[in-house]
Amino acid sequence: MTSLPASTPAKQLGLVIDLDICVGCHACAVNCKEWNSGGHMAPLTDTAPYGADPTGVWFNRIHSFEAGEGSAGRTVHFPRSCLHCAEPDCVTVCPTGASYKRAEDGIVLVNADICIGCKLCSWACPYGAREYDHDDGVMKKCTLCVDKIYNENLEEIDRVPACVATCPAGARHFGDLGDAQSKVSRLVAERGGYDLMPEMGYRPTNKYLPPRPRQDRAGCTGAAAALAPAEDTSQATGILRWVDRMLSR
Amino acid sequence: MHPALSVILFTTASGAGYGLLALLGVLGPMGLLPGDRWFGLAAFALAFLPITFGLVSSTFHLGHPERAWRAMSQWRSSWLSREGLLAVVTYIPAGLFALGWVGFEQSGGIWGWFGMTAAMLSAATVYATAMIYRSLKPIQRWCNAWVVPNYLLLGLMTGTLWLAALVGLQARPSMPLALLAIVATALAWAAKWRYWRFIDTTRSVGTAGSATGLGHLGTVCLLEAPHTGENYLMREMGFRVARKHATRLRRIAMALAFALPLLLSALAAALGGWAGAVAALIAAISASAGVLVERWLFFAEAKHAVTLYYGAESA
Repeated sequence: MTSLPASTPAKQLGLVIDLDICVGCHACAVNCKEWNSGGHMAPLTDTAPYGADPTGVWFNRIHSFEAGEGSAGRTVHFPRSCLHCAEPDCVTVCPTGASYKRAEDGIVLVNADICIGCKLCSWACPYGAREYDHDDGVMKKCTLCVDKIYNENLEEIDRVPACVATCPAGARHFGDLGDAQSKVSRLVAERGGYDLMPEMGYRPTNKYLPPRPRQDRAGCTGAAAALAPAEDTSQATGILRWVDRMLSR
Repeated sequence: MHPALSVILFTTASGAGYGLLALLGVLGPMGLLPGDRWFGLAAFALAFLPITFGLVSSTFHLGHPERAWRAMSQWRSSWLSREGLLAVVTYIPAGLFALGWVGFEQSGGIWGWFGMTAAMLSAATVYATAMIYRSLKPIQRWCNAWVVPNYLLLGLMTGTLWLAALVGLQARPSMPLALLAIVATALAWAAKWRYWRFIDTTRSVGTAGSATGLGHLGTVCLLEAPHTGENYLMREMGFRVARKHATRLRRIAMALAFALPLLLSALAAALGGWAGAVAALIAAISASAGVLVERWLFFAEAKHAVTLYYGAESA
């Protein structure tokens, strides 16, 4: 059923991505590909992976942007994946019922067995979360690692999405954004986490944390405002004093 | 947006077919059209063939055409589903109406009611087609008030032109039909003109700054793409070829779809006879070709919000 759940799911699982910390290493995208190549939406087909023009399905893409001009400009690495929106048009436009939003935790999924591959859902997503698998003839998207986060065969610490598990910088957080007291919700409140393209009205679950204010002056970091001049040689002794005297002639 | 040939063929062919079917359903019961079975046969063939061809061709771009029947299940939320359902349901009253006309040479009474019902469902189907595009928020050039009138009027226009051509070929050129064709063409032209004016003068809502939420830091521009090659998103949403030729293509569309049919319809009304019939036929063919170009532009000129993540400054 592609109508949305009658009431907003109490539990809204999602990601919080810290743009201040992300170093743009693409490890989350690679581990996502690795896990999901054998997961719920498998396969994530690649065409000519070792050819001159490789192309394929990924759920997570890491863009790098430059924000601001001149010396005030900064590089921001920007991971982009499904935001598991509260009002996802990608679900409601689906003519077959293949796209659905889970009432129990808000995860947006595709049932590959009844997807007809019309691609309309990908047109309805402003975030580019859905990628069509030409080989399989169906639409694919991030599952929030639904086959990992509830997997009781794994240690509890491993029951997080692959992208979160692998981030070496700790820039990705996973949790219940429907619970105002959860760790991720508190993080969002503390750091001013925001929605992407709120004007679309999709109410994304995933939140982005903005880069912290720039610390480009010595005073900001607590270091001495300037180093002592290097010309003062009066402290030199022994051979250094002799070298200084010889070179100063 | 990538202009998929199957979708362009479907929307233009079915638009003309439903336009013609709606006119038959309204004008037939009113006794304004030739009532004989041969005219009926030709007219229904001319309506059903493009509709059916369009519906079949629309499944060509599907990844799993054999599952297409499933698309009729989600009419509660999906305009695409509603369109599919309406398209199939329309066949029932339209088929019965055709049976009365072709089989019994009757288009009044109960048969007339089938015709009226088919006309309403035809209009509803074209409306649903338009709403598929109208409801896509990430594409501002589709999500605006001009899209629905455009689809409805272009369907009415091509349907009227084909009906006028058909009546003309029966060597009974019809003055009221020629006038109707002129009015429909003028209205469709005006609606398309307003649509183009809208997309040319309306500022895009989305920018790279709003897409990333980094706008408060200053100008946001793409430094490095996530991948070296193209992906599905860039091929499907980032189509650029036509925008380069948009001005020229618009002139071609306007000449073929509107200017020439207007001129030829007026000529058909003035000449009458076989010369008038030929003019009406050329008008219909020209309009169909022009609407194909128009529909191609409708896709190619549409910009999707996801391109903001791939270096577009606005969308």
